[in-house]
Amino acid sequence: MTTTTATTPAKYWNGGKSPFNVEYGKLMMWYFLMSDAFTFGAFLISYGTTRFATTGWPNANEVFSSYPFKPEGSSPAPLIFVSIMTFILIISSVTMVLAVHAGHNMDKKGVVKYLILTILGGLAFLGCQAWEWTHLFHEGAWWGRNPFPNSDGTISTTNFTNFFFTITGFHGFHVFSGVVINVVMLIMALFNKFEQRGHYLMIEKAGLYWHFVDLVWVFVFTCFYLI
Amino acid sequence: MEHTAKAALEHGHKPDATVKEIWKVTGILTVLTIIELVLGYWMYASKEMGDTSKHFIKGAIIILMMAKAFYIVGYFMHLKHELRNLIMTIVVPLILFVWFIIAFLYEGNSYHNLKNEYNGYYKERNEQKMEKKEEPKEEHKEQKKMD
Repeated sequence: MTTTTATTPAKYWNGGKSPFNVEYGKLMMWYFLMSDAFTFGAFLISYGTTRFATTGWPNANEVFSSYPFKPEGSSPAPLIFVSIMTFILIISSVTMVLAVHAGHNMDKKGVVKYLILTILGGLAFLGCQAWEWTHLFHEGAWWGRNPFPNSDGTISTTNFTNFFFTITGFHGFHVFSGVVINVVMLIMALFNKFEQRGHYLMIEKAGLYWHFVDLVWVFVFTCFYLI
Repeated sequence: MEHTAKAALEHGHKPDATVKEIWKVTGILTVLTIIELVLGYWMYASKEMGDTSKHFIKGAIIILMMAKAFYIVGYFMHLKHELRNLIMTIVVPLILFVWFIIAFLYEGNSYHNLKNEYNGYYKERNEQKMEKKEEPKEEHKEQKKMD
């Protein structure tokens, strides 16, 4: 049936077949993610606007230049910690696709295995973020407080820290809810809920959300740490 | 539930091919991220880099970011293999971002120019150096209290 739909695209809207060929929940997840993309987009664009409207700006490489257990007095190490965070999230995204793929094959063991790995990845990312926030807080940075001078040594505004904590916080909250959703999926899989339903489509929806979280991090990471 | 059973057959690849594709995309994402990091580090490390080349590198990083986004949405989120109808309902509204980004960054830049041209206080304040890292912390607190 699918092959016929693929070859006769004009008939999509004549009834009798699903014009999008996805089930309702998945389509709505896509639309939700689209609206969420606009929320994040608005955040990041307001950050960009403020940055364009400001003369000086702190150098991210000087601000984010530490990692856990860094020897006291060693030279600053920019990008190292954040690249670890980035790779954690990419890898957890990969394990999520593999979980979805296992679901397609009705492979319960595979779904459980890859979901556990994805959850661990999410928790590792949240741990990294918690460390980074704590570290910055001890350096004197928080909402409304910015101890870091502009890259040319001039006085900076608190916009830098306000945007950083708001946007990474909003993203971290998404990661947290993604982990919760994945835990729920894992429990449902363990209790054979999906076997009873005869399909693992729920994992796909959770997967879409999780990939979106990874996608947002790609943008947050680029905007805050690289440029 | 029809969708699941068909999903693997639908796009003409066998299950193994799907896994292969996943790993291929993982490799691409990793390589793109590493290039981004190298460019970012290069920008940080080279002291005498001019503003033009910095902007150029930033542009390159943004292009790499878009490429990563494409691979995540297209392959991990499977959008590339969905029907064209679905792709269009997702992608077309996102075109709004083109206006969104251009308009607001232009606005920010204009505000920046206006402030520097007409607001002498703003301009002067931007030339003041911040004192050593340790001191401002306490000063900030004192200022807060006074406020």
